[in-house]
Amino acid sequence: MGNEESVFFSRVLTELTLSFHIIYATIGVGVPLMIMIAQWVGIKKNDEHYILLARRWARGFVITVAVGVVTGTAIGMQLSLLWPNFMELAGQVIALPLFMETFAFFFEAIFLGIYLYTWDRFDNQKKHLLLLVPVALGASFSAVFITIVNAFMNAPQGFDLVDGELVNIQPLVAMFNPAMPTKVAHVVITAYMTSAFILAAIAAFRLLKGSDHVYHKKALFLTMKLGLIFSIGAAIIGDFSGKYLAEYQPEKLAAAEWHFETEGEAPLMLYGILDGQEVKYTITIPYALSILAHSDPTAEVIGLNDFPEDEIPPLYIHYLFDTMVTIGVLMIMVSGLYWLGRHMRWRFIHSRWYRWLIVAGGPLTVIAIEAGWWYAEVGRQPWILRDIMKVPEAATTSGHVDTMLYLFATLYLILGVGSVVVLRRMFRNNPIEREIADREAEVREGTRKGGDH
Amino acid sequence: MSLEVLGITVLMTFLFGYIIVGAIDFGAGFFNAYSLLTGKEHILTNVIQRYLSPVWEVTNVFLVFFFVGMVGFFPSTAFYYGTTMLVPLSIALILLAIRGSYYAFETYGASGHKGYSFMYGMAGILLPASLSIVLTISEGGFIDMVDGQPVLDYGALFTSPLTWSIVFLSIAATLYISAVFLTWYADKAGDRDATELLRKYALIWSLPTIITAGGIVWELRSHNAEHYNQLLGLWWMFALSGALFIGTVYLLWKRHNYGLAVWLLIGQFALAFYGYGIAHYPYLLYPHLTIHDSFTNPAMATALIIAFILGLGLLIPSLYLLLRLFLFNKDYVKGRKKDEHA
Ligand code: HDD
Ligand code: HEM
Ligand code: HEM
Repeated sequence: MGNEESVFFSRVLTELTLSFHIIYATIGVGVPLMIMIAQWVGIKKNDEHYILLARRWARGFVITVAVGVVTGTAIGMQLSLLWPNFMELAGQVIALPLFMETFAFFFEAIFLGIYLYTWDRFDNQKKHLLLLVPVALGASFSAVFITIVNAFMNAPQGFDLVDGELVNIQPLVAMFNPAMPTKVAHVVITAYMTSAFILAAIAAFRLLKGSDHVYHKKALFLTMKLGLIFSIGAAIIGDFSGKYLAEYQPEKLAAAEWHFETEGEAPLMLYGILDGQEVKYTITIPYALSILAHSDPTAEVIGLNDFPEDEIPPLYIHYLFDTMVTIGVLMIMVSGLYWLGRHMRWRFIHSRWYRWLIVAGGPLTVIAIEAGWWYAEVGRQPWILRDIMKVPEAATTSGHVDTMLYLFATLYLILGVGSVVVLRRMFRNNPIEREIADREAEVREGTRKGGDH
Repeated sequence: MSLEVLGITVLMTFLFGYIIVGAIDFGAGFFNAYSLLTGKEHILTNVIQRYLSPVWEVTNVFLVFFFVGMVGFFPSTAFYYGTTMLVPLSIALILLAIRGSYYAFETYGASGHKGYSFMYGMAGILLPASLSIVLTISEGGFIDMVDGQPVLDYGALFTSPLTWSIVFLSIAATLYISAVFLTWYADKAGDRDATELLRKYALIWSLPTIITAGGIVWELRSHNAEHYNQLLGLWWMFALSGALFIGTVYLLWKRHNYGLAVWLLIGQFALAFYGYGIAHYPYLLYPHLTIHDSFTNPAMATALIIAFILGLGLLIPSLYLLLRLFLFNKDYVKGRKKDEHA
């Protein structure tokens, strides 16, 4: 296999693994927080339904964690296997957060094991809830640390490059690079947002499928409320991300906005298609790009004409950006209307079509996550380390990458189908009505025996 | 101690941790599958499940820690090993993925298919074999430099007796470590039948373990004389290791103090492992890479070590809690606690 092919297949394999991992990783970051909130509400309101909610979510979470862990291990090793030159170079500057991430995993893994197996060990539920705190912290910090690595790839700093050698290395400066604040915040909050809407989708789906239990209604209301908060947060931080780009990676923003010429009073173009150099059927919002980039309707926004031809990212990232933003705005509206509707007693939020809309929100936010990452990563092309190393220089020279791609693709197919089948079976075999009945029977028996827990 | 020696010592310690906890886990999967085949699953499944359930993810993290730390402390390993190990490590990854996920699918999802258990068991045997290839390659002689790029010579690798000795050792040692540990665990659980069966497995696998281990030293004499001579210089470590081995087998034979037997076993493997590692010094890959020329810059090394110390401050108490709640908790081990998962 020639070198070009190695590069090509390394890219495809990285894209595949990351795109698959990110689904489970996002759930892994967000769901522990949701479980924590539900259990806390349950304890505070002394409402068994919320506790049960936490418990059932935790059960499903185990399955997604398992796939997250094994695919994460795969991508962790693949970084060295597929991008050895990149890791050799970047490892000298950015190994620290990568290393710290393993501690976050460790912490999470240990307490997750404990949490899952101690539901009935404590008389005081609060103690059990306390065990979840390190799980949620560990998961969020894995996201923080790995995103710092990714931020470094976008805005490398903390070293000097002298004759191809890295000198004067400052690991902390590398970690706190300009891309880091917005990137970390946006990734973490969108993970919370996605998890909230996935759980809301499940609750709405059960209600649609004929269960009328208050359990699902409580679940839906809680998750929609959280989803609203996080989606507003995501949009605000997304706006800051745009400002970061305008300042430090203007080519990414310009390519996403099809902004060809550097100019002030720049309009924002939504949707549309690109026909050669010609932009068609877009919705143009005057001044909006200047506002997104610099909070000033007249500010100058750098266009693609300021960059050499071979350093411009692919222009299709426009569609990815639009997909992400559209879904973000849509979800704010869906959850906002739901929340408002609850207060104003609007009936339509309980209608079937609105519930279907909420169900759609689950997969849609996952699509937004994928679109966002593809936008961020493809928008960095042709660089793997911006302005320092291009993707082809970083790749492995090994043959056989194509074979590995087919092997891993098969693996992910099995894992993806397997996790869905197992999750469905798990909850179908033990519907909430039955679980509540079982627990009540158990409690009755317990009091009869004199509560010998 | 210089920073690079400190770094490699930390990494070796985690690798050793992975070898022990991983071996227990892999071997347990194999014995579980084997007991299904021979219709003895009622004897073993309970003990194995109770041990594995709360700790499987922790096992995996040991491995992640090792390879992330390796690239952190010694970035050039990414270049040499990353380029050449694509195929063996990808296969190991796929096996790991199958094991990890199916374990969770089976344990927490409605339990399923016998086929899963067999795959799970087989993966547990193939994994040590495929991971051990890294050790073989580190002995040198299998990597050629072509146009400044390292290339793995598969022909030489798969026809070398050294490769196969290491593969057999990894399998035998996995089953041995696992059986000794589980004997003790079953004994603590007061499960007489399981204890007896596992004790038998432990005794069966003790002999192949020690024979293949000797065989490797023999192979090294012709394959890598430098390493061999350094090994001889550390003969006392290996002698001590052998003595501990005899101690473990003796205790098992006499059905005496299985807890002590486990500690002797760990001591045996620790001595052999560190002895092997020290003799390997200073090479990470004969003759291309030493720990000195692959070492990261001092600023990063210092940062990593500080992070490591802070991290340990967090981890050790947590691990202690995990062990106390499950491994060393009498009620849990005996299955008396009502600790069903979630
Ligand atoms: C549920 C997912 C989701 C939603 C609804 C949004 N985003 Fe996003 N976005 C992400 C998920 C995401 C992400 C997956 O988290 C990315 C990919 C890489 C990254 O740093 O975050 C991202 C990247 C990303 C970037 C690139 C940052 C960079 O490359 O450094 C910008 C400019 C925005 N987003 C802006 C927005 C705006 C203005 C939104 C308005 C609603 C928005 N995002 C909604
Ligand atoms: C988890 C979320 C991530 C996703 C979904 C993702 C996705 C992608 C995609 C789609 C590309 C391909 C761009 C192209 O067309 O060439 C890419 C490139 C790359 N990303 Fe990311 N990325 C993620 C995070 C990261 C992080 C955190 C790192 C580093 C630690 C990283 C390392 C790389 C590397 C090495 C490449 C180069 C390969 C290539 O250009 O194809 N990615 N990523
Ligand atoms: C190049 C990018 C990435 C690498 C190398 C990577 C590496 C890993 C590794 C090695 C694991 C397994 C850890 C274990 O054994 O417990 C893992 C799991 C995980 N990763 Fe990734 N990861 C990447 C991207 C991401 C991103 C972008 C996020 C967050 C948005 C993320 C969040 C997680 C989480 C939360 C887990 C724990 C598993 C779970 O709870 O589902 N990862 N990752």
